[in-house]
Amino acid sequence: MYITRTFRLSALLSAFCLSTVAQATDVTGAGSSFVYPVLSKWSQAYSQNSDNRINYQSIGSGGGIAQIKAATVDFGASDAPLSTEDLEKSGLGQFPSVIGGIVPVVNVEGVEPGQLKLDGETLAKIFMGTIKTWNDPAIAKLNPDLSLPSANITVVHRSDGSGTSYNFTNYLAKVSPEWKEKVNFGTTVNWPIGVGGKGNEGVSAYVKQIKNSIGYVEYAYALQNKMSHAQLKNAAGNFVEPNSKSFQAAADTADWSSAKDFNLLMTNAPGADAWPITATTWVIMYKEPKNAERSKVAFDFFKWSLENGQKDAAALDYVPLPDSLVSKIETYWESEFKN
Amino acid sequence: MNMSERLYRTRKIKNMIAMTLSSVAAIIGLGWLVWILATTLIKGGSALSLTLFTEMTPPPGADGGLANALFGSVLISLLALAIGAPIGILAGLWLAEFARTSRLGTVIRFVNDILLSAPSIVIGLFVYTAVVIPMNQFTNGSISFSGFAGGLALAMLVIPVVTRTTDEMLQLQPASLREAALALGIPHWKVTLQILLRAAKAGVVTGVLLSMARITGETAPLLFTAFGNQFWNADLFKPMASVPVTIFQFAMSPFETWQALAWAGALLLTIFVLLLSLLSRFVFSRKRGAQ
Amino acid sequence: MSATTPYNPATARDVREQRARRDTRHDRWFRLTLLTAALLVLLVMLGAAFSTLWGGRLAFSTFGWSFLTSAEWDVVNGRFGALVPIYGTLVTSLIALVLAVPVSFGIALFLSEIAPPWLRTPVASAVELLAGIPSIIYGMWGLFVFGPFMAQYLAPFINDYLGSLPVIGGFFQGPALGIGLLSAGIILAIMILPFITSVMYEVFRTVPPALKESAYALGSTTWEVCWDIVLPYTRSAVVGGIFLGLGRALGETMAVTFVLGNSHQLSMSLMMPSSSIASVIANEFNEAYTDLHRSSLIALGFLLFVVTFIVLMLARLMLARMSRRAGN
Repeated sequence: MYITRTFRLSALLSAFCLSTVAQATDVTGAGSSFVYPVLSKWSQAYSQNSDNRINYQSIGSGGGIAQIKAATVDFGASDAPLSTEDLEKSGLGQFPSVIGGIVPVVNVEGVEPGQLKLDGETLAKIFMGTIKTWNDPAIAKLNPDLSLPSANITVVHRSDGSGTSYNFTNYLAKVSPEWKEKVNFGTTVNWPIGVGGKGNEGVSAYVKQIKNSIGYVEYAYALQNKMSHAQLKNAAGNFVEPNSKSFQAAADTADWSSAKDFNLLMTNAPGADAWPITATTWVIMYKEPKNAERSKVAFDFFKWSLENGQKDAAALDYVPLPDSLVSKIETYWESEFKN
Repeated sequence: MNMSERLYRTRKIKNMIAMTLSSVAAIIGLGWLVWILATTLIKGGSALSLTLFTEMTPPPGADGGLANALFGSVLISLLALAIGAPIGILAGLWLAEFARTSRLGTVIRFVNDILLSAPSIVIGLFVYTAVVIPMNQFTNGSISFSGFAGGLALAMLVIPVVTRTTDEMLQLQPASLREAALALGIPHWKVTLQILLRAAKAGVVTGVLLSMARITGETAPLLFTAFGNQFWNADLFKPMASVPVTIFQFAMSPFETWQALAWAGALLLTIFVLLLSLLSRFVFSRKRGAQ
Repeated sequence: MSATTPYNPATARDVREQRARRDTRHDRWFRLTLLTAALLVLLVMLGAAFSTLWGGRLAFSTFGWSFLTSAEWDVVNGRFGALVPIYGTLVTSLIALVLAVPVSFGIALFLSEIAPPWLRTPVASAVELLAGIPSIIYGMWGLFVFGPFMAQYLAPFINDYLGSLPVIGGFFQGPALGIGLLSAGIILAIMILPFITSVMYEVFRTVPPALKESAYALGSTTWEVCWDIVLPYTRSAVVGGIFLGLGRALGETMAVTFVLGNSHQLSMSLMMPSSSIASVIANEFNEAYTDLHRSSLIALGFLLFVVTFIVLMLARLMLARMSRRAGN
């Protein structure tokens, strides 16, 4: 009795709303929390020039993949790319949307942001527990000008599954064979040592609380929380600072042409100025749309955002895709998607 | 004489210790409350403003409010209560009036206890597989995530709480009340609804309030059912924003404007529950006074 | 008497009979409606349990019984075992109950017997308010406020004084991180406190005044009235309230997730990070890419039903024994 009453109520309500917004198309997307801020910014800006609305919700990359496969959303977004077989099996295509970086952050007395220099192998050894103190010769060799304490290092990592961990561990696996063999990479790995914090917030909080600790967070968190980041030695052998230039350099020099469906992680990119832990989020859509109208609006939105959304992205500490990559994506759209 | 005096003294001392401990317990319990409330108030208070109720959830860095999320939360919670509370009360009545000792009653009481502790994310997944996916296939993609599905998921959290408290409260009613009414020849359903339920009203309402308090803050069951929406939406069959989901998404972001909104949302939820509880108490104390 | 008896013209006796018949019919309908609602509860539970069993079938068929006995949780190599989360769930809930039940009883007692009437309503509303704070706020409060407090003040104290004790000392040794089984247990205790308290307070008030007053008239102290009169009278409802709290503790997700640490190492110390069933699901479900990982997480959800089933069964047996003893 109550249920029917509610049904009638909701039918009334929906009739009321349908009459007001019937002409607009609502597109739904879900997935990675990493792109949530920038997508919501783009979506708001886009809706000011159009009747159509893009509703994106962050439910996690794994959730995004599951939802697009179940076709409950019009596009998914994931921090890890799908393999070509996987894409073909479900009739999906994917392309990068925006770039961000992952930054090692430390809390060591007397170490200012950007002063500490590390290379991949040392970083792997610290996260493995083989380097135990800050005055270890391996760290001292990279930092001849810094006087580091003899204190024990506390490692802070993510406790929840995340794209940040995925890219970070992928980098460590690329530069350290020992890491690859013992830990390998994934959204959640069996960390040999350390404390787990929930989310980027959790990791930043612990690094700030625990003296002599090291962790890794998304670039935006390091900036907003004014944390002390480290410089990293990249594949070309140069020490680089994390910033939009070095992230873009990584995206520019990554070997996209040999990666079908953009199935490539940008970690340890070869460019001379490339930041070694650079990541992107892939947008995943059906090649043959389930709903042509909504799919068309979604493409229009992404085209608009790749071309006009760069300033908004930069304001939120993301890095727009380099032009070379944008044109590759547009070619991919032409050849792969039916629209 | 001496012995009874000593006994009297130990009894008094025991009483004093117990009373002190219970007062201390009350102070500790309130201490946590003050601590958590102070955190919420300090962090949320600074973001409180009228625009919270008039503007939509903004992108990071911009000003905005929680209007769409507040509206969605109210609608979804009301729907959940409208579905869950009657079912819970009826089921509780059945347990207390017709199945006090029967085997089916024992089983359902037990099942209800298990349901109480089902992690809310599991309930969300259940509604996702049982409602969202079929609806999506049935309507060929035009309805998938919806406020309606969110309401159903929350209703499943309401039911066990209300069932349990209704059952308990009715069982506590003195048997003489029931027997006197039945002896007057009043039909059983009238006795149950108009005498027993009325007598147990305060307790039953406490149960409904507890369940309301439980669902106002639930994030996990809404994520895969009501989903979320950064725009205004009053259509129950479209994705709908809610305050907990917004808090969850905003609180863990690096942007100060979003974090402030998250704390403001938390403060609003807390104030809402406070008002609810005060209101119900006020109504009841007045009713009692009039009798 | 059946409802299909043909209709008779109205006479005084017939009216009475008719009314009796109508009442019976209404009663039958009433009973049926109530039964349907009760069966709905059963249906929801079965639906939820079966949907987790179905979703977890891949994990169960891959690992068999070792899913229960293995402490390994290796996402990269796809090997999953639920021992640590089960252990963590039980331990955190136990800590929460041990802390929350006496405090709740104390508050309920304070409210119903000690506090002056003008203080009762505000304090009771305030406690109820604790139940209304969204669990994610508890989590964030745990992370930003309580965690550091625990690491700085409580943990060293516990380490020094309890950690050096023989036998139980092992439970309290560990680094002062501020996260771990004990922190999670404390946060859970705070969360379930209002549930238990408000049920207790509510049922304490239902005790007929005549009972209490007679006891007072015989010279009982307040404590004796509570312990020997009020508590036995309300025992089943009090235990019900505790179940309500225990249920919440077993399944609580968001708050625990922030302070438990999600570590899959089995460790005896309460100061070490661990994981609970609900926290593992919340931490990893969103970012679980492989079918096996997803399935294992849903299988964990099913295990939570089983764990709850067993815990409640034990509690019920205990209650039955208690009431048998009381009957003697």
